[in-house]
Amino acid sequence: MRALATREVAIVAFAQTRHTPHDTGLTEPELILPVINEVKRRTGLERFGFTCSGSCDYLAGAPFSFVSALDALGAWPPISESHVEMDGAWALYEAWVRLQHGDVDSALVYGFGKSSLGDLRTIMTLQLDPYYLAPLGLDQLSYAALQAAAVGADRKELDEIVRRSRADGRANPYALDLPDPEGEDLAVQPLKQTDVPPSTDGAAAIVLAAGDLARELSESPAFVRGIAHRIEPHYLGMRHLARSVSAADAARAAGVGKGPVEVAELHAQFPHEEIILREALELTGDTVINPSGGPLAANPVMATGLIRIGEAAQRILDGQARRTVAHAAGGPCLQHNLVTVLEA
Amino acid sequence: MGNRCAVIGVGQTHYTTRRRDVSIAGLVREAALRALEDAGLTFKDIDAVVIGKAPDLFEGVMMPEAYLADALGAAGKPMMRVHTAGSVGGSTALVGASLVQGGVHDRVLVVAFEKQSESNATWALSTHLPFNSSLVVGAGGYFAPHIREYMRRSGAPDHIGTIVAVKDRLNALKNPYAHLKIPGIDQKMVESTPMLWEPIRYLETCPSSDGACAMVLSSESAVTGTPAWVHGTAMRSEPIFRAGRDTVSPQAGKDCAADVYRQAGIADPRRQIDVAETYVPFSWYEPMWLENLGFAAEGEGWKLTESGATALDGDIPWNASGGVLSSNPIGASGLIRFAEAALQVRGMAGEHQVDGARTALGHAYGGGAQFFAMWIVGREKP
Repeated sequence: MRALATREVAIVAFAQTRHTPHDTGLTEPELILPVINEVKRRTGLERFGFTCSGSCDYLAGAPFSFVSALDALGAWPPISESHVEMDGAWALYEAWVRLQHGDVDSALVYGFGKSSLGDLRTIMTLQLDPYYLAPLGLDQLSYAALQAAAVGADRKELDEIVRRSRADGRANPYALDLPDPEGEDLAVQPLKQTDVPPSTDGAAAIVLAAGDLARELSESPAFVRGIAHRIEPHYLGMRHLARSVSAADAARAAGVGKGPVEVAELHAQFPHEEIILREALELTGDTVINPSGGPLAANPVMATGLIRIGEAAQRILDGQARRTVAHAAGGPCLQHNLVTVLEA
Repeated sequence: MGNRCAVIGVGQTHYTTRRRDVSIAGLVREAALRALEDAGLTFKDIDAVVIGKAPDLFEGVMMPEAYLADALGAAGKPMMRVHTAGSVGGSTALVGASLVQGGVHDRVLVVAFEKQSESNATWALSTHLPFNSSLVVGAGGYFAPHIREYMRRSGAPDHIGTIVAVKDRLNALKNPYAHLKIPGIDQKMVESTPMLWEPIRYLETCPSSDGACAMVLSSESAVTGTPAWVHGTAMRSEPIFRAGRDTVSPQAGKDCAADVYRQAGIADPRRQIDVAETYVPFSWYEPMWLENLGFAAEGEGWKLTESGATALDGDIPWNASGGVLSSNPIGASGLIRFAEAALQVRGMAGEHQVDGARTALGHAYGGGAQFFAMWIVGREKP
């Protein structure tokens, strides 16, 4: 594999919905429209060289979710546009690649998901091998619990991650207001009810710009200095569940270790995943983890990973940090990991 | 734009109603291994995998790239899943090409599939979001009114659709991978089949197929074997609901064609393109796309079809492979168009090879005729 392409690309605007734990009655286009308008307003851009989105039909229980979402863009005259049936973080990756061509200078990326329309715990079962695993009914919590057991983390450490995430979430106007974790109610052993990410509806949008345009549109653009992703085998038995080889490989390829990481936004839906990811990304105690509250404070599936990138970028856009890292995940038990390094 | 990119391997499965002998993973692996064999490579030589398919509800597997990573040798590599409705096969090729053109990877495997025997596509295509009732049945129910409007505007006679249905099925007889092989097919046979959605008859519509298609894309420095060079790539989308949107000849299709022709230096597609693989799932879409893609003036597309210009021995063969009308594993159908275009300029299309083909168009569309993906490939380096 060759070295990463070199055209300078930066995040110049990020917007997200005030995420909700329930259906507010908004359709997906209605959910997306305000965040699209927000990033358009902040950048002053009405048209983009490329547009890419991430979503999943199974959340709505109907095919072609992204088709009606496109209507929120006012895609007229027609636009250069694509879609990944993945978290919006991979839509950002596709847009970043497209900007490397050199012929377009800006890209709009968005991701959206309404978990409230169904039972995520059941729906995610359909992501498994359809012949051998899905029929067993191994659901999202069960396989997360398998991984938590493999990690064998200290209960106090897990509780502290949840407590910190929820407290940070309460301070984040976009995340949910969740109380300090109490009680010992088990979800699936060893995971407690409070270890489970909240069902969340939400959307997010990001604008990418290349080179000079990035500096024109923002006083402190968050430059993408490295971005890479890796997938692992699907079968849990073929992986070392307590570690994430793919997150570590992606982190190395993105260059996480080339400098100090002030803030890391990790797509850790369960507290034990944060432990695995901290190790894989070789983050030290100096790094502030998930100051937004992370997925344990708001988990709009298909936008959660993109929000991590947006939150990590926002620290730089706000001038609060010079080097941050964002992580997005897909597949059961952190099968697929994307790591982005952002610098002022 | 960007770095040069070439197709150096193409692999297809036989397209058929039911592949009971393989799983979904077995199906995609079969196509991938054939593409690698064509390129003289193995999975070890691949830097990244891009997979495309139409809605997950077709097979009932959510985000199947997670499950398919193992079968496609993707473990330890980047893998992406593209979904742009019916145009997805084309978009998948373009995302793969983009990884090469953007200088991110040297060799990318792109794969697209559908295993319709494990699904009910018409049901999945008729299910709308729970905010409105469905007024149509399947894709045919949606597109039939657009075809009727085309006939009204252009004054095309009723038999044009049957000409395309016969022509593409005759071409399919020369393609070893084609699904529908109907010996002795003629206009009378097509006209004798039941009317499904006026004016679309049974034999004027595409089959439901199982199948997968794969390609190996390469940077200039990593080329093996016989390359088909990518001369232009373009995607365009427009909203499904917009007052005044022309669903008969969508603006996104016109803009997409204009963009890809500009990149490839094509001013007159009918003269400069030697063969076109276009997304024609209902026979009437050939004359409609002939106009939308600039091969004929508005209202004149049906005359080109009627004159025999688009037949295998005509001056601009369309769908020499038999097209979507002969094989339709939905998610793969667009990629098959792109792959067949590459095979033609590599001179590797076998019995349905168009003599001397040097420049070819691959075309796909999806959604409510609102998503478009196209590329131009050529024998010469751009």
